[in-house]
Amino acid sequence: MIPIWILLVVFAAATAVGYKIIGDVPSLLHTPLMSGLNALSGVTISGALVSTALAVHTGNRILGIVAIVLAMINVVGGFLVTHRMLRMFRKKEIR
Amino acid sequence: MDGYTIISIAIILMVLEGIRLMNSPRTAVIGNTLIAAGILGVIVLTIIGGGIIGKTDLWVGLAVGTAFGVVLAMKVTMTQMPQLVALLNGLGGGASMLIALMVIGAQTSKTSVMSCFTAALALSVGSITLSGSLIAAGKLDRRIRQTPVILNGHTVITQILLAGTALLLLLLSGNITGQTIMLSVLLMAISLMLGVLGTLHIGGADMPITISLLNSLSGLAAAIVGLAIADLLLIAVGAIVGAGGIILTIIMCRAMNRRLWDIMNPPKSVGKPGLSPTATAYVDAQKDQQPPAVASDEWLRSAKTVVIVPGYGMALAQAQQQVGQLCEILEEKGKNVVFAIHPVAGRMPGHMNILLAEAGIPYDKLCDLEQSNTLFQQTDLVIVIGANDVINSAARTAEGTPIYGMPILNVDEAERVIICNKDRRPGYAGVANPLYDKDGSVLLLLGNATETVKHLTDELKKFC
Repeated sequence: MIPIWILLVVFAAATAVGYKIIGDVPSLLHTPLMSGLNALSGVTISGALVSTALAVHTGNRILGIVAIVLAMINVVGGFLVTHRMLRMFRKKEIR
Repeated sequence: MDGYTIISIAIILMVLEGIRLMNSPRTAVIGNTLIAAGILGVIVLTIIGGGIIGKTDLWVGLAVGTAFGVVLAMKVTMTQMPQLVALLNGLGGGASMLIALMVIGAQTSKTSVMSCFTAALALSVGSITLSGSLIAAGKLDRRIRQTPVILNGHTVITQILLAGTALLLLLLSGNITGQTIMLSVLLMAISLMLGVLGTLHIGGADMPITISLLNSLSGLAAAIVGLAIADLLLIAVGAIVGAGGIILTIIMCRAMNRRLWDIMNPPKSVGKPGLSPTATAYVDAQKDQQPPAVASDEWLRSAKTVVIVPGYGMALAQAQQQVGQLCEILEEKGKNVVFAIHPVAGRMPGHMNILLAEAGIPYDKLCDLEQSNTLFQQTDLVIVIGANDVINSAARTAEGTPIYGMPILNVDEAERVIICNKDRRPGYAGVANPLYDKDGSVLLLLGNATETVKHLTDELKKFC
């Protein structure tokens, strides 16, 4: 088990680095940025897979599979739709 | 460090690099692909590391989710993007909620206080994200009334629910009562209600802020789940999303000159939504007057530099294709055309940009607030399409009104302005726009934006 202070340090560091990098994204791309981040929050899929694999009760297992479905819709739908949006941004020459 | 940790760090770096590449439209597609590959890496790593390869039911879950995701992403139109993002956000929160529930279910008497607390907190934040996002999606999709819905005793109920949440978090952290399942279901129910109450009272114009905040919460929920199950990847990636949502929330609040606190708290009284008493009087006095009959064709013809200002009205009328055509014809006639985009125009951050990109407008013509405001003084003609509060010069002068101090697009600095709005009513903020009374240099074209923009395009076509 990783000690809790390491986990909290990782949390704080990721927040700080994320804050710095995301702040540089221009308002032009805020919608795709948001849907991309949104898809990223589906990272809970890993938690869902691990917890479901360990689940012994049927009830828990069903909960887990629902969680997998929800997280997967979030991830796949989010990235595809971001891709669709980003591909629409073009420069003048190609028009 | 074991192999799992090393791969986790590699994935985190990959995701960060992907986000960094999102800072320019040229590299953003690669950035998004990199982030997606990172998450694919997470899934593969979990499947191999967690010994899941042989578990059929999990694969079925993955396949079903993927299928739904693909269908949703392919069917959605650009106008519907805000509600899709809100919906997907809710699903992410829902997943965190269910995982937290399972983690709590698997706790033993030896589980540490910290693990118990984080699991309960993840349950609560996930539930709030789920119900809040679904209400927001309903409002954006116009299935739920978009104007603020305020229940009797809204604030008091919210405070009681918050107190209940705090108490349950405390009890669940203690892990002593032996009633964890019942308590956690209760916590889930209360948190779901909190999410509903927290978003119901928010009006349409504050949606860009709400959706940003919910985005942040979904990341936070994932990060707290990570803390509960001691997973570095979940913690780091969740925290990054949380930070991103916060940045967008701050940018939106600044652009509207609103304080987050005011948005999160229901207003004391329910006025006529979007229309203050003085504004209503103003509308009554004005509504019988016809717009001044100035020849808009002459304005269009003589202008050399044109700035188009789109707003929520363009999205509502789905007029972006018409606007794209207008831009094309103006350019054919040798005019210099750019678009001025206010950060909160539309229903989510950056909404106007994707609509105009969809209509084939190259992104180097899309100017942000600061760039735009350097242009208006040298602009012959501004064409406003369904925007109101973001061009309301009362924001500079009308002290005490909701928009006072809000940064606006200074379209009144341009020589002439054509406003294609639905009616003369003030925008969401309910403050009369002095521009409407500036005869001589301002022309109002009232009606559906698709038709009025088409009218302008047709007029322009006549002159070769």
